Amino acid sequence: MNSYIALSYFDLMIAASLLLINGALSIWLKLGLERQYLIAAARMVVQLVLVGLVLKFLFATTTPWWTLLAAVTMGGFAGREIMARQERRFTGWWGHGLGFGTMMIAGSLVTVLALTITIQASPWYDPRFALPLFGMVLGNAMTGIALGLNTLTATVTRERPAIEAQLLLGATGWQAMLPFTRRALTNGLMPIINSMAATGVVSLPGMMTGQILAGVDPTEAVKYQLLVMFLIGGATGLGVMLAIFGSVRRLMDHRHRLRLDRLQRPA
Amino acid sequence: MLSVKNLQRPGLAPCSFTVPTGTCTALTGPSGSGKTLLLRALIDLDENTGCVAVDDQERATYAAPDWRRCVGYLPAEPGWWADKISDHFVDVKAAEPILNSIGLKPDILDQYVETASTGERQRLALVRLLAMEPRVLLLDEPTAALDDATVETVERLLTDQLSKGTSILLVSHDQDQANRLCRQWLTIKNGQVREKKIP
Repeated sequence: MNSYIALSYFDLMIAASLLLINGALSIWLKLGLERQYLIAAARMVVQLVLVGLVLKFLFATTTPWWTLLAAVTMGGFAGREIMARQERRFTGWWGHGLGFGTMMIAGSLVTVLALTITIQASPWYDPRFALPLFGMVLGNAMTGIALGLNTLTATVTRERPAIEAQLLLGATGWQAMLPFTRRALTNGLMPIINSMAATGVVSLPGMMTGQILAGVDPTEAVKYQLLVMFLIGGATGLGVMLAIFGSVRRLMDHRHRLRLDRLQRPA
Repeated sequence: MLSVKNLQRPGLAPCSFTVPTGTCTALTGPSGSGKTLLLRALIDLDENTGCVAVDDQERATYAAPDWRRCVGYLPAEPGWWADKISDHFVDVKAAEPILNSIGLKPDILDQYVETASTGERQRLALVRLLAMEPRVLLLDEPTAALDDATVETVERLLTDQLSKGTSILLVSHDQDQANRLCRQWLTIKNGQVREKKIP
């Protein structure tokens, strides 16, 4: 079981030299990608090293407040990422709040459920379990929410005559939006459905691979991976629905008007 | 009767007017003068303030969907949300007699929206609106895409509606049509609505 091989920084440098080859190719073929490559790689190194240090500190302290702060920070970054991927954002605090809010609600609900009932870590907020789980859940729910929201706002803007035609015939805002709500939900949920279907056949999930490399028995690693996939699936579904239903509400007002003025125009 | 008091919205100065029961009022003005803004405010599709009432019942007492069933609005370019034409009709049975009276065969309902011509679509939009039996009609160029013979059938249908007691606010660029149908004229210019004396 304990066949874990610690890596030295020299090992990592050898692996990193692969990127140098890519960079050299880019310069030679005049792809102009070497700068982006360098920056992205540097960001990754700095971010991961910092995260390693932060996690080490958090694991050593195991206080609920530091864990909560870390979780909120992660949610903030995820919310910002969702917003950055929107072509048409909501105006005002909805633009910032929607992504962050739905991520935090869906992510924390699912993570707390897993920690208290399934994993039964003690204390349940033990950052060694809480933060990696929360991170994986967030990362995946984020993609779904961003995609779903983008679909909704783009479709609704384009289909305004169709929506208003229904309103004019006495449909409620909810009824008039239903076909487009459905489309947005489907698009938001598609990545997680695809990834569940392809897992193990097309792709070996990174977390499971990591555990196996770290010496965990493959069947045990699979169990953990399944748990994580279920959590991700649950959180994505919940998050996408919250985000889409919240947006539909925001796009309609109490007089059942389509309020496209609550969306910003793309820059 | 449609009565409007101090209706106001961005792009539209406060305006007041009435369209008496069973009569047609023409609304004319250059493009960009605010005709559509006025109609959208009346039907409550855009934010606006002021009092609008049908037969002395205030708009505020209606839920918005009920208001839009009571006051029917035909936009210049009606929207379609489903593939099949029949899916745009709440009550197909109620629509059939109106289809006949406007020169359309009932089997057009089984066709697809993209196969209907512009003129057919315009009439279909009018039919699906009338099938709700609204008491007030706001019509934005209802005969713009039609040939003379069809214009006549549509006008006959509108006259029928008037005799049933419907009030009509009609946007039309056709002066003769307005003369044939309307007893009262409103003009709009730069968002200012004025009553025009009958020539």
